[in-house]
Amino acid sequence: MQLVVENLSVSYDKIRALHGISFSVEEGEIVTIIGANGAGKSTTLRAISRMVPADPGSKIEFMGQNVLKYNTDRVVSKFGISHVPEGRMIFGNLTVTENLTLAAFARKDSAAVAADMKWVFDLFTRLEERKNQLAGTLSGGEQQMLAVGRAYVSGRKIMILDEPSMGLAPLLMLDMFDALKEINRQGTTILLVEQNARLALKFAQRGYVLEHGKLILEGEADSLLDNPEVKKAYLGA
Amino acid sequence: MEYFLQNLINALQWGSFYAVISIGYSMVYGVLMLFNFAHGDIFMVGTYIGFGIATLFLALFMPILPGWVIFIMVIIVTMFLASFVGVMVEVIGYRPLRGAPRASAAITGLMIGIIFETGNLILLGAQRFSFPALIESVSYNVGGVYFTNVKVLIIVVSLVLMAALHTFIQKTKWGMAMRAMSYDFKAVPLMGVSINIIAPLTFAIGAGLASVAGILYGQAYPVLDPYMGILVGWKAFVAAILGGRGSIMGAALAGYLLGFIEIFVAMVFPSTFRDLIAYSIILIILTFRPRGFFGMAHSTQLRL
Repeated sequence: MQLVVENLSVSYDKIRALHGISFSVEEGEIVTIIGANGAGKSTTLRAISRMVPADPGSKIEFMGQNVLKYNTDRVVSKFGISHVPEGRMIFGNLTVTENLTLAAFARKDSAAVAADMKWVFDLFTRLEERKNQLAGTLSGGEQQMLAVGRAYVSGRKIMILDEPSMGLAPLLMLDMFDALKEINRQGTTILLVEQNARLALKFAQRGYVLEHGKLILEGEADSLLDNPEVKKAYLGA
Repeated sequence: MEYFLQNLINALQWGSFYAVISIGYSMVYGVLMLFNFAHGDIFMVGTYIGFGIATLFLALFMPILPGWVIFIMVIIVTMFLASFVGVMVEVIGYRPLRGAPRASAAITGLMIGIIFETGNLILLGAQRFSFPALIESVSYNVGGVYFTNVKVLIIVVSLVLMAALHTFIQKTKWGMAMRAMSYDFKAVPLMGVSINIIAPLTFAIGAGLASVAGILYGQAYPVLDPYMGILVGWKAFVAAILGGRGSIMGAALAGYLLGFIEIFVAMVFPSTFRDLIAYSIILIILTFRPRGFFGMAHSTQLRL
């Protein structure tokens, strides 16, 4: 297993958002965590990238190493855990190219960085057209492309994505998931949390269902799609 | 007309000090949302470091090397040592306060300032030192306008430094990280960038610049005083705010504007009126542009 999360709990001011969840992701896999608003999906990803502290007793390991020992910047630069955060968090006062350059801040392999940037521009041609534009002037879809591109350049071994479909028109949404498939084909593991359960389960190989800070179901994505509980609660059928 | 040009040169020199010092204020504020009230005293410490290095280098190299070589060496070594002071202020003074209320950081700055002032008094005593002249002053008279090579040098060195800083901020990845910090500091670590590199770097640059301003100041007004940083610090703070949050260009322009207003007010009114009238004008400007020249709407959450 590449990423192993065991008994992960997170509390905000004594209020528990995650109640000891456990899951794992294999190298090269696409795994999704679905759940309603406020179930703890974003908190799970933030705990992995160390943006929020995990409660004592929690365990997060990447390739057998303890992630909880490191700060966010090291989680990115040492392990290659690239987080595409909720709301994209692109730097609107920097150009598209500068956003990507900054994402490679800690990388020393400049030739590989240049190749990665070119790859991103080939994948998202709209970004290349706008590469000297300030990122704040991009449309929502383009900003999401930039957020994913940035995560790619930052040295991803695993990309963890927080609602990449949010705010995108249906067609753009599909494009985005095609792009993620392509990134996965290049050897990047993908862990994504989504409210759009149908889309996420069609895209992923395995899935988990998070409810009120607890994982209540797990399984192959296909079987979750057919699961009556999931259908009723998340697929609106 | 000559009188006007004469004062224009004086204003450019005077504004250069404010501009170079206020950039340090502005950078720390822009990148870390922190008013570094110790900055004026960092300027004072930098000036004293410059004084020590200048005295030492003059004693060591004076007959061997030309004055301008010593001048450049003094600037480089002083900048390096002063940036170290800036880093210490960040690491020891501010870093333990990350996530603390803004007021705690503000009074920390004031306390660091007092420590620097009184520490200086204890270390060097109450006697006033005189900054040695590194460049032999030569006077010129062009069409009735009188100026010295030192004045020109002060203006040129300041402009060169600001241009170098601008390039650094615009072109290097550290500069990009600083600009990114001022936009969304929470997302910066996700790029693999450590705040613990960017924060001390910002302080180092601010302190380095302030120390060069100190050396230049020492060439124009050679008397050193442990409290010399207080008023200059407040005025640089004014310039940083007037320029707009974190805007380096804005801080530089506002620094020069302050210099111009002060000099030209003193040209018309008795010099005792200078600050009263000058800062009333600034107050009026701020009334109409509360965010300064290049300020943007922003959250005021403390980042450090």
